[in-house]
Amino acid sequence: MRDWRFWLAGQRGALLAFAIFVVMFTIYCANHPAGFSVNVVETAANKGVLLAFVAMAQSFVVITAGIDLSVGMIFTLTNCLASALVIGSPLSAGLGVIAVLAAGALCGAINGLIVIYGRLQPIVATIASGAVFFGLALALRPTPGGGVEETLADAFTGRLFDTIPASLVTLVAVAALVWIPFRRSVTGRAAYAVGSSEPAAYMSGVPIRRAKFVAYTLSGLLAGFGGLFLTFFTYTGDAAYASGNTYTLFSIAAVVLGGVSLFGGSGSAIGAIFGALAFRTIGDLLFVFDFDPLWQPLFQGVVLLLAVSISAFGLLRVRNRLDWFG
Amino acid sequence: MSLAVKNARPSLWRRLDPAVATAFGCIVLLLFVGSLYSRNFLSPEYLLQQLKVASFLGVIASGMMLAILIGQIDLSLPWVVTVGAMMSCAIGGHGTWGSLLAAPVGILCGIAIGLVNGVGVAYLRIPSMIITLATNAVAQGLMVVYTGGFSPRDSASPVMRYIATGFAIPGLPNAVLCWALVGAVTVILLTRTTFGRAIYGIGNRERAAYLSGVNTRAIVVVVFALSGGASAFGGVLLAGYASKAAQSMGDAYLLPAIAAVVLGGTSILGGKGTYLGTVAGVLLITLLQSILSVMQIPEFGRQIIYGVVIIGMLLLYGRERLLR
Repeated sequence: MRDWRFWLAGQRGALLAFAIFVVMFTIYCANHPAGFSVNVVETAANKGVLLAFVAMAQSFVVITAGIDLSVGMIFTLTNCLASALVIGSPLSAGLGVIAVLAAGALCGAINGLIVIYGRLQPIVATIASGAVFFGLALALRPTPGGGVEETLADAFTGRLFDTIPASLVTLVAVAALVWIPFRRSVTGRAAYAVGSSEPAAYMSGVPIRRAKFVAYTLSGLLAGFGGLFLTFFTYTGDAAYASGNTYTLFSIAAVVLGGVSLFGGSGSAIGAIFGALAFRTIGDLLFVFDFDPLWQPLFQGVVLLLAVSISAFGLLRVRNRLDWFG
Repeated sequence: MSLAVKNARPSLWRRLDPAVATAFGCIVLLLFVGSLYSRNFLSPEYLLQQLKVASFLGVIASGMMLAILIGQIDLSLPWVVTVGAMMSCAIGGHGTWGSLLAAPVGILCGIAIGLVNGVGVAYLRIPSMIITLATNAVAQGLMVVYTGGFSPRDSASPVMRYIATGFAIPGLPNAVLCWALVGAVTVILLTRTTFGRAIYGIGNRERAAYLSGVNTRAIVVVVFALSGGASAFGGVLLAGYASKAAQSMGDAYLLPAIAAVVLGGTSILGGKGTYLGTVAGVLLITLLQSILSVMQIPEFGRQIIYGVVIIGMLLLYGRERLLR
């Protein structure tokens, strides 16, 4: 009984995000002209999965009390790489996929090394490394272009058994293969410990460096998955500064919505996924209500503002005023 | 040796922050590299032109520095800059009074957004990274609705153009004068007032500042309002310079502003930093951008060099202490 309550308390953020997502998605489907059909779900899934990958990537780093402002640029860089490498025969396309994911992981690892051994603050280090990643993407694709092996792309963006969106299945598979082993390993626990209190973790002999390095590397890998999927959807590579920046900013919003604390040490990548899906659905709500698309950015901004303000209710429970200052 | 000598202020050399010294050293190095490339780099005209370009970033970075000093960050900068520019241009079209009031109204809009940020951070205790992101999105949404998604047709008023491009003192562009004014106010605030003391106190430990009787929450609100006002003022200057406002004109200023403040030796965790360092950071970033574009390095190369230089400089002097 107590175990169950403990688990529930730990997953409160993720469950809240899941609830918001279900409510929003129900409203979305109820008002969509096509209703709750396979097509609607597939389109929504394909849009949501991109942000979900990037938000998962962000959550790994945020759990260690860091932040990765280059995550959108890794996403853009891997998108451009995939548009050049995932082509040709099945073998070369397959090798291309591996190369793209490895490049994403490498970008994350570089961030990790700068933060760990350079001892720079993650926020400034990743701003600067993001500029480098974007420069590389721009060198690769000065203008939008390139291509992708279309059968492979369609297989990942289509449906399984004509009902389940394949992108959603991939997302679940990646979450199961990357997040769950990480969460259950010593390294994963060390990442939470580092996020809660780095000096305390150090004093307890927790492998701080390994935890941070793995978190940053996996973050890069997941951003690479996002970039790969973007290529699968669009068939092109595009080094767009605005889009990369938007994904970085939205990933932070999604992570917070999904119950991952920006101060580190709590939350999960699963919460980040639901945060991302909820955030995307909120953004799309306007379309089904036939509003002028011009109002979409304002609507999304106001919803974000309200969503982050909800956390202020926690202040009512504070007994000691000093707890205001965290 | 008498006691009086011992108690005297440490010599200038001792007081010099190594970070600020390194930043100024890098500026000299950049000018040297530039002068190897072309003699024009050391001409007064070129240097004055660079100072003028730097003054826009300088005004904007002043606000960002205050936010970083209290241990927060203001990511709403891009669209606050744009709001300042667009609103002042919109008012500027309404006759003489509109022309005169254009700049103050633009700045007031920035202060209003800053107040929302400040209340969110200080009273609702929302992490500044999130609340400023949200107000940035709201400001963008408002401007998209207002302009219909296009560049607005209003142009900058004559007064705005004079503030940004005129010469009140012969030989010295007004934009530089504005930066000097903003800089002087910031320096006085930071070094000569209790408000400045409180800013450093909050940046070091808000809890301790609160227990010492500082109204920390009010100060945080004021700091964000000032940051918003400075960003909007930067937007007004930019609009006057380009004689119109444009969508997402502020996007190019967020990263340089943060980089300039941090390269100037201000700790991103707050509580430590001098305005002289920010001036050095702003000049450094502006010169770097200028030299890269004069050398006609393509955009991708500029981005890569820009990122590598920032990381390299921070590795020189921005490292944290080893955990022991």
